[in-house]
Amino acid sequence: MSTQEAKHTPLEYQTTHGQMNILGFWIFLAAEVVLFSTLFATYAVLFGRTADSPLPSELFGAEIVLIMTFLLLTSSFTCGIAIHNMRQGQVKPLIIWMVITLLLGLGFLGFEIYEFMHYTHEGATLQSSAFWSSFYVLAGTHGLHVTLGIGWATLLIIQIVKRGLTPVTSQKVFIISLYWHFLDVIWIFIFTAVYLIGMVV
Amino acid sequence: MSSNKTLITLTLLFSLSIITGCSELRVLEPKGPVGEDQKELIIYSLWFMLGIVVVVFGLFGYMVFKYRDRPGRGNKDYEPEQDGNLKVEIIWTIIPLIIVTLLSIPTVDTLFDLEKPPQSANEEEPLVVYATSADWKWFFSYPEQGIETVNYLHIPTERPIEFRLSSADSMAALWIPALGGQKYNMAGMQTILYLQADEEGVYDGRNSNFNGEGFSLQTFQVHAEEDTAFKEWVNKIKNEKPELTQDQYNELLKPSIIGEMAFSNTHLEWVDHGTMMGSDYSIKRHQNAYEKKLHLKSLDKADAEEEGDADEAQ
Amino acid sequence: MKLSEFFVTGEPLIYAGMVAIVLVTCAIVFLLTYFKRWGWLWREWLTTVDHKKIGIMYILSALAMLFRGGVDALMMRVQLAFPDLNFLNSQHYNEIFTTHGTVMIIFMAMPFLIGLMNIVVPLQIGARDFAFPYVNALSFWSFFFGALLFNISFVIGGSPDAGWTSYTPLAGAALSPGPGQNFYLLGLQLSGIGTLATGINLMVTILKMRAPGMKLFQMPIFTWSTLVTCFIIIFAFPILTVALALMTIDRIFGAQFFTLTGEGMPMLWANLFWMWGHPEVYIVILPAFGIFSEIIATFANKRLFGYKAMVWSMILIAGLSFLVWVHHFFTMGAGAFVNSVFSVSTMLIAVPTGVKIFNWLGTLYKSKIQFTTPMLWSLAFIPSFVIGGVTGVMLGMAAADYQFHNSYFLIAHFHYVLIAGTVFACFAGLEYWYPKMFGHKLNQKLGKLSFWLFVIGFHITFFPQYFLGLDGMPRRLFDTAPEWFTLNFISTIGAFGMGAGFALFVLNIYYSYKTSPREKTGDSWDGRTLEWATPTPIPHYNFATQPTVKELDAFHDMKKRGETTYDESKLKPIHMPNYSGQPFIMMGLLFFSSFALVFEWIILSAVFLVAVLVMMGIHSFDYDDGYHVEVEDIKRTERQLRGLNDEHTGS
Ligand code: HEM
Ligand SMILES: [Cu+2]
Ligand SMILES: [Cu+2]
Repeated sequence: MSTQEAKHTPLEYQTTHGQMNILGFWIFLAAEVVLFSTLFATYAVLFGRTADSPLPSELFGAEIVLIMTFLLLTSSFTCGIAIHNMRQGQVKPLIIWMVITLLLGLGFLGFEIYEFMHYTHEGATLQSSAFWSSFYVLAGTHGLHVTLGIGWATLLIIQIVKRGLTPVTSQKVFIISLYWHFLDVIWIFIFTAVYLIGMVV
Repeated sequence: MSSNKTLITLTLLFSLSIITGCSELRVLEPKGPVGEDQKELIIYSLWFMLGIVVVVFGLFGYMVFKYRDRPGRGNKDYEPEQDGNLKVEIIWTIIPLIIVTLLSIPTVDTLFDLEKPPQSANEEEPLVVYATSADWKWFFSYPEQGIETVNYLHIPTERPIEFRLSSADSMAALWIPALGGQKYNMAGMQTILYLQADEEGVYDGRNSNFNGEGFSLQTFQVHAEEDTAFKEWVNKIKNEKPELTQDQYNELLKPSIIGEMAFSNTHLEWVDHGTMMGSDYSIKRHQNAYEKKLHLKSLDKADAEEEGDADEAQ
Repeated sequence: MKLSEFFVTGEPLIYAGMVAIVLVTCAIVFLLTYFKRWGWLWREWLTTVDHKKIGIMYILSALAMLFRGGVDALMMRVQLAFPDLNFLNSQHYNEIFTTHGTVMIIFMAMPFLIGLMNIVVPLQIGARDFAFPYVNALSFWSFFFGALLFNISFVIGGSPDAGWTSYTPLAGAALSPGPGQNFYLLGLQLSGIGTLATGINLMVTILKMRAPGMKLFQMPIFTWSTLVTCFIIIFAFPILTVALALMTIDRIFGAQFFTLTGEGMPMLWANLFWMWGHPEVYIVILPAFGIFSEIIATFANKRLFGYKAMVWSMILIAGLSFLVWVHHFFTMGAGAFVNSVFSVSTMLIAVPTGVKIFNWLGTLYKSKIQFTTPMLWSLAFIPSFVIGGVTGVMLGMAAADYQFHNSYFLIAHFHYVLIAGTVFACFAGLEYWYPKMFGHKLNQKLGKLSFWLFVIGFHITFFPQYFLGLDGMPRRLFDTAPEWFTLNFISTIGAFGMGAGFALFVLNIYYSYKTSPREKTGDSWDGRTLEWATPTPIPHYNFATQPTVKELDAFHDMKKRGETTYDESKLKPIHMPNYSGQPFIMMGLLFFSSFALVFEWIILSAVFLVAVLVMMGIHSFDYDDGYHVEVEDIKRTERQLRGLNDEHTGS
């Protein structure tokens, strides 16, 4: 690759290794899409099978879910800013925006845990019916992904602090940003397919 | 050379199996219109399959024999760089497509037919029989007649039977090969299977879907008889057999192997396992009954029953 | 839990198994200690990231699994040879057909093929390794420990007994209490991670690491089949992951997905299982198609007929394979319309499959056929597979399937496709690439003998089963009735023929190791593709100089032009990855985590899981990026392997 080209290619794409990692991750995301689709399908099939437990419309409240959506969407935005900074080669803003992203993610998780505890308290548990099983597993799998993402990103921030921006570190940060946006998209689907529909029906 | 041997062995085996088998294969000797439809479909498809096999085997034998590398063959008829031909590709795509179409039409046709009761000569309404599977036995309830049998049933000939299938616990399938194909029995839902016997006789029926230890012994016999004989039998059950109580029924539901029984009422009075309400009826009562294994030794129900009793006594 | 519940007790066969396991383990430990080979084992194998070595480990494990699955099969056939034999009781029989099915598909067929892909694909595309060698090692160890976990159930805890399809509610906690089913769930889950990772890994490898000049439609056909298979893996395996997870959550944490209580829906499992399961059968047949295509072209000494048609038909099959899953339960009562749709889509798969068959015949047309052992397997495949295929179409005719379903007709069908397809291909592929892997061929005489025993035994075993099915004999019956005695007896005889064939195959490995002449060139069979352009044994960096590809059958082409993959003037230092013990340890920890979960020791399981996460974290900080093989080293290695003198400078 000529130096001319190298200037225009983002850092994370400059090595073949970086390219392969990013392609591999895209394919991994395709597999994740299948995974979540299966969970959505399961949820759809089991919708309404609440047995003796509360109905979703009795429990789902707009407020918390809107706050969660706001937090996660904003975090996706701040994550975008972080990548923008990375492209400019600015380490400090990158780190700051990444930390903000993670804090927003933590906020999201906190609300999700609160929400789950609330439902459990009202008698809708993982065990109470097919519907609630599928709800907890679908939303919970997303939450678990967010948790892992936060842990992983924390490790990357430490690496950036130690090593600065190299083709390797920037490729890693770029990949986690893909992951984070992906989780955001999944959440939009959960928000509409689970909460909005669940509140109405 | 070597592949000729394969061919010969195959042909020999093929004819051998046909001679030993075809004379009395249940599926190919159906005793009622449903099985007859399916048999016709199978035979129809078999002609196509035979055609395909003959063509492919023929071509294969020819190629392998003619183009084997042998001393002195030289380069006659050898074209190592030949790598395809669009025309033949099109031909061998179109012909299979045509075959698939020819197979699809009667398949779809038969599929829709099987959803309706077979056309019976005297245009009678189908006889409704609830066939409920429970580990590892069959309950046959006749709601119109108000009787119930366990592990055997009687049906009138030349009248469609509407089996309403469900299960108290594991998934099973009701299959009477001589009368026609199977369908699943599932807890919490009902499936419908139409069958009909045109010849009198006793036919083997069974659960064909593996559902645990007693699976192999979950069999029953179908007695197909003239309408009058059937009515007589119904009356006899009605007058001579005891009533089934809910307690006794609950006991029978417990996973076990049992013999034949008959009662002068039906369990539908208190539960229909084919509805969502009925799906946890058995498992709620027999939570822990699956801890113990049966270790069955043979297909003899009497043996298994005795062992069960012995265990009970312990 | 009492110790007597932990270990399986009460069966003489199982005691014998335990004794055998203990003895074999002791023997291995003793031999390794005696010959001071522990260090060697660790340095050369357990820590390797070399695709060739990993491939060999896959194949060895798969052969061991074939042995285990085969013993299961023989035991079932013995039990069914005579009515009322009482060799196995019902419970034992159920365990054995369950482990047989699972082991053969998940732990034999797939790993065997993945092993061959590991060895061959990078070589065929002129690459030096996988895109992610470290991940490749992780994949292997996840498969290995998954298989170990599943097989351990034989002596600890008890085997699963609900069939390889594990239909609910039977396989749920209520009807199948105890750890057996958990072994199935977690063993498959553990190895499934590796399969998915391999799918991604190979896909990136094929898309990104091809030799300069090699276009997609110039890739060898086995590589194509691998690429298409990766596509199926990536879209099918997550479904299995979810299905297994849901059942695990049902069983261990009391959820209600597939239960009879809480308005659960047992049917949902069958749907999820087959949405993965049908693509899965194509995961194990497409690579087999690829192997046969390579071998048939090589020994017909001719170009593959209709390369493009072959590729497109594979792509079509892969697409269709996601649209037919309902044909596994036409009898669920979904209605005539649904069944009609899936019936037609199922039969449509036969069209591209037929196209492939005719193209193989086209390859034989005006060719020069050499009857080597790999070629014999490939030739025997064609007529045998056709029988499996046409009976598959018969099963696909839903209205007729009401009579075939769950019967021995079905058993005969899928053994005709899986054995004549996948197993023949594994044997063919192993014999074909064996000289590349081990530097000598397998003995042809013994090979042919084992071929004939196996193939004839195969037909004797499974052909009669079509008729048993038509006579109403259901599958999974633990004892036969006298009316089915004759055909069952014949079938059992055939099974022993297959057993003898396999035994001879294994014997041949030893015999050839002792007696076969060593390969001097890398091109053992006058091959057409790049794997034959490497010297034998293959240097760990595969290619000293990457070839430039100009057409299909790249090596055939190079030979015509007199080129090799060693051009001394173009040598550059080669970058290679370091070996690492992490994959082994990480998956070992995951194994313990899963094992604890099988027994529902949740805290212990979580502790191990955290240990795995910690290791992943540590790996993230590891910036080790391998080492370079210097030009002088390459020169020395290549000259020695190619028997060149010092003056020679390559061409
Ligand atoms: C010509 C193409 C094929 C068609 C039309 C076809 C059709 C079918 C159908 C309709 C069934 C379900 C039958 C039933 O359960 O009643 C079935 C079962 C099966 N097929 Fe095929 N098949 C084809 C090729 C293959 C191939 C290539 C493989 C694997 C290498 C395969 C492996 C299986 C297996 C493993 C089962 C049964 C699994 C079980 O129930 O345990 N089939 N096939
Ligand atoms: Cu159902
Ligand atoms: Cu299928």
